[in-house]
Amino acid sequence: MAETTTHVAEPTRRDFLFIATGAAAAVGGATLVWPFIQSLAPDAATVAAGAPVEVDLGPIAEGQIVKVFWRGKLIFVRHRTAEEIKAAQDVNVATLRDPQPDSARVKPDHAQWLIVYGNCTHLGCVPLGQQGEYHGWFCPCHGSVFDTSGRVRGGPAPINLPIPPYTFTSDTKIVIGQEATA
Amino acid sequence: MSQHATTYVPKSAFGKWFESRLPIASLVHSSFIAFPVPRNLTYFWTFGAILVFMLVAQIVTGVFLAMYYTPNAAMAFQSVEHIMRDVNYGWLLRYLHANGASMFFVAVYIHIFRNFYYGSYKAPREVLYILGVIIFLLMMATAFMGYVLPWGQMSFWGATVITNLFSAIPVVGETIVSFLWGGYSVGNPTLNRFFSLHFLLPFMIFGVVILHVWALHVPGQNNPTGIPIKSGKDAVPFTPYATIKDIFAVVVFMLFFGYWVFYMPNYLGHADNYIPANPAVTPSHIVPEWYFLPFYAILRAIPDKLGGVIAMFSAIAVWFLMPWLDTSKVRSTAYRPLYKQFFWVFVAVCVLLGWLGSKPAEGWYVVVSQIATAYYFIHFLVILPVLGFVERPLPLPNSILESVMGVQKGGAGMPAGANAEPQSKG
Repeated sequence: MAETTTHVAEPTRRDFLFIATGAAAAVGGATLVWPFIQSLAPDAATVAAGAPVEVDLGPIAEGQIVKVFWRGKLIFVRHRTAEEIKAAQDVNVATLRDPQPDSARVKPDHAQWLIVYGNCTHLGCVPLGQQGEYHGWFCPCHGSVFDTSGRVRGGPAPINLPIPPYTFTSDTKIVIGQEATA
Repeated sequence: MSQHATTYVPKSAFGKWFESRLPIASLVHSSFIAFPVPRNLTYFWTFGAILVFMLVAQIVTGVFLAMYYTPNAAMAFQSVEHIMRDVNYGWLLRYLHANGASMFFVAVYIHIFRNFYYGSYKAPREVLYILGVIIFLLMMATAFMGYVLPWGQMSFWGATVITNLFSAIPVVGETIVSFLWGGYSVGNPTLNRFFSLHFLLPFMIFGVVILHVWALHVPGQNNPTGIPIKSGKDAVPFTPYATIKDIFAVVVFMLFFGYWVFYMPNYLGHADNYIPANPAVTPSHIVPEWYFLPFYAILRAIPDKLGGVIAMFSAIAVWFLMPWLDTSKVRSTAYRPLYKQFFWVFVAVCVLLGWLGSKPAEGWYVVVSQIATAYYFIHFLVILPVLGFVERPLPLPNSILESVMGVQKGGAGMPAGANAEPQSKG
């Protein structure tokens, strides 16, 4: 290009037009890509279907684990027994891989209810309830062990089973997907 | 390679008229008829043709399967059973396509290890080789997404495990995964986009294959000696020599393919994939298809999630560097006595990794996986560069002809001219 313009130190009108055209094309290209990328994100129907869900805790017997889905993700609702709560509380938190006291994993005054995501934090398998060394969960895929607080106690899982956002609307009802507003 | 013995001259008036407008006939003639091929090629050099055949076979069976398949999470499993039970010869189309994927990988692994053994990746064939690695990556993506489509238990959980790999990326990992899923978990949008991409990618592979073949025709084929064609006596014309040999090899490969399709069509699959996808229950043992097992073993060998993902992708990324990691001036391992031993150790380690990938990640399997993974990378990053300096290669033959016929002493033992310019015969 340079050969076609006169060799002057100052940028010419042509240089300006050249750069301006290139910039416009780059911005235009990026703008065009945007809707295509954005279309890959969860769509409106999926987002709408991802609204909070209500779970009635009434029928869940002590010691029982119920599987519910929110946003296509498996969630365990566990009605813990007194021993299970005690076992979860009587742990030296400092020895854990992902240190978290049991009290930080349940809602105040609702220690019998443990609500955790049901996919192993390793590669997403579904751990089996009431199994493993700590009678919490045991993942059959790669051997991760979780205690009755859903905390990782062995195997390849890097972190505890995460807690979904939820809130108690009454003593026997929770809404998953909605944090309590103060 | 540009001095072909024969050049294409159209004979008919139409041929001349067409040639001056689109010289495709002369392109085919110079690339696939008169093209000089080393006279010492073994059957290991027929796998390129076998792979082209497999790509076409997968596209043809795939296009027909797509006419009967329904990419919807509620109907996909049913539609595959519909193909198996109701569609005329649907069972054959599906078994050809499913086993065809495995056959494709059998052929590509032989093709890749032939390239490793004979140093085909070295100058001047680096770009040719890198295009091949890109094809392999596209094949892996295509095969993975294809396996998700029947929407059985292995489909669903395989998709969950593999897409979750991307969640290991710091900061943006979770966002990337939700963009892959089109939702908050693997679901109907995931299946839809995987079907779309599974249809698209083979045609992208086809495009890269054209570049791969183009890049092959610039320096010409490597051969078991690794030394280039020096005279016409080193070569034979592509047609009929390579053409017929390739067709014969493809037919033999079809017998092998047919054995799987007709006698053990489900052997390479997983029984769990005949159970419809259920997000509440995981199969007791999630294993990928056999062709991904070595990489799966590397993923699980690293006790850290992100580290495992990085190691797995590096296992292929390191292939891109191979032309520069290998410092030896000699291409063919036939003349590299030390490297020959390391090559077979490397093959054994890859097979071992594959076997480990099929085993549960516990106990001593993990330790052996870690040792094998370490050796895998040492092979590329230490052994390959160092051997080039310390190894004393065997003397190379003076020409391809000499390697085949022995050193010629005054033409004894062969009538004069019988061996001359074979590409100009017929």
